[in-house]
Amino acid sequence: MGTAVRSAPGEAPALLVLTEDDVLRALGAVIDPELDEPITDLGFVRSVRFTDDGLEVHLRLPTSFCAPNFAYLMASDAKDVLTALPDTGRVVVELDDHHDSDIINRGLAADAGYLGTFRHEAESDLDELRATFQRKAHTAAMERALTALLRARSDIEEQDVASVVLGDLPDDVAKEALLRRRQTLGLSIDDSEPVLVDDRGVPHPVASAALALRRARSTRISLDGNAHFCRGLLATRYPGSEADQTPRPEENFFPVSSLIRTTRRSVA
Amino acid sequence: MYTKDGEKFFIVDAHVALWDARPENQRNIHGKQFIDCFYDYHANLSPESEKWPYEEYLYQGGERFMRDVFADDIVDHAIFQPAALTEFYKTGFGQTEEAWALTQAHPDKLTYNHNFDPRYGEAGLDQLRADHERFGLKGVKLYTAEWHGESRGWKLDDPWAYRYFELCRELGITNIHVHKGPTIRPLDRDAFDVADIDHVATDFTDLNFVVEHVGLPRLEDFCWIATQEPNVHGGLAVAMPFIHTRPRYFAQIIGELIYWIGEDRIQFSSDYALWTPKWLIEAFVNFQIPEDMTEYAPITMDQKRKILGLNAAKMYDIPVPAELQLPAADETATGPRQPERADLAAV
Repeated sequence: MGTAVRSAPGEAPALLVLTEDDVLRALGAVIDPELDEPITDLGFVRSVRFTDDGLEVHLRLPTSFCAPNFAYLMASDAKDVLTALPDTGRVVVELDDHHDSDIINRGLAADAGYLGTFRHEAESDLDELRATFQRKAHTAAMERALTALLRARSDIEEQDVASVVLGDLPDDVAKEALLRRRQTLGLSIDDSEPVLVDDRGVPHPVASAALALRRARSTRISLDGNAHFCRGLLATRYPGSEADQTPRPEENFFPVSSLIRTTRRSVA
Repeated sequence: MYTKDGEKFFIVDAHVALWDARPENQRNIHGKQFIDCFYDYHANLSPESEKWPYEEYLYQGGERFMRDVFADDIVDHAIFQPAALTEFYKTGFGQTEEAWALTQAHPDKLTYNHNFDPRYGEAGLDQLRADHERFGLKGVKLYTAEWHGESRGWKLDDPWAYRYFELCRELGITNIHVHKGPTIRPLDRDAFDVADIDHVATDFTDLNFVVEHVGLPRLEDFCWIATQEPNVHGGLAVAMPFIHTRPRYFAQIIGELIYWIGEDRIQFSSDYALWTPKWLIEAFVNFQIPEDMTEYAPITMDQKRKILGLNAAKMYDIPVPAELQLPAADETATGPRQPERADLAAV
């Protein structure tokens, strides 16, 4: 794909040269809220093309019947991040092969917003929808960090997780992911903060800590499973698209066998 | 009846369909998009040997249906769960007349469930009465993502839906199979949200709510609701084929279900013609939770028996040979099941 050189009228050609990599990097900030992953890692970016007066990006999804509200959310976020890039000119984002492609693409072209795009089908906006999935993403990140800790630390048992604080977590990918998601929810990332908390940052009492972790695990399993499934479906629908996907870490990157010890002891 | 190494299993396939998605029956582009979506599921999740060409996938007809579903006499009974999709297909997606004729020809092998859409209002209530009169319904299949004029979805706790559930109660249609599909009005919320199940299950405790594909892609929300509502069951449509492509994920689904809702409320189904039952049953009988997933107890043969047929047979009063019957587990009606079981198993 080509590059675009932009310059203001009457000025010498600018030195800013926007490349496809810049575009993809920008699109990397767009997250599929259901899967908590960048659309670039999922292979949802179908094409990037520089046009005479700007930029045209096409998106694709695993099925025609993916939920239209999420589809709209990702497509409009994509348009926003591209418009925010310097000197992109006219930005066109289109969603291909979806049952609502016409409605969504018309709405995006007109910058009609969610309410303007879906009219009678929409009531307010998608903030609550986005927030719901930010909460789930936090729950899953919390479970990953705690289960990894239980695996690594022989002195912590499952019912002790209520007292684990952020400072107890090793500085690894799981902790980094958790801190990011806590910040999204507006929760403190101070080392003294308990890890096992609800969406408002309220800690779980010791008595229900194991159950809370267990429930968080079902959220994580659901999220991971959906992510793998959507990747697979996309690859079936668009042969070759798997080359555009970044593999998601194995769903059990921590073997749960690590818990044998703690669970055994809790029974004994 | 399926027999493996001397172990016998009474099999009920709780979700099958006889559909017609051929181009001549497609009303518009969405009819094509819908069956293409199904075909991608089929192609993505099937073993190579079980994959069909696209053309065969569009329509099977009664003869092939009987051959596929009852191959090698493994399946004892199957239950039609038809989706109407009248906005996408001229004669609908599920073929009522053909399926009903097959059911009449094989009453010992087939049960016919029909469907309703509360957006038809009073006329729909009359239709449901007439359908019950004709089919002697024990259950219905509801697809909340069905399009209907300007509306592209409904919720189980809509006031009109309640009128229909009251009629179901009156007529003795006790088994409500719910397919939570995407798209719900208003579009603002999570399209796959299962919260409306919670409301109806609480308000209609004498009806069974079988949530198909166990709430996927919202397994966690389904488990949380179902663990609190003893009349909510999980149907394994669409979840089953993960046993081949993603066995570890399948193990987690089954492990979570047995933990949260117990072995008595899970029903096997192939979702024919999405997949055929034979290979799924063979795979499930051979299936075991991987050893390193010690938080889940190993799945027992009796649990498999219940899931593969006894649970649905009980719900539908399908006669089961005495030697194959099993008692309900001695478990709590709500809340996680024997949370200590997994731990003991690891000892």
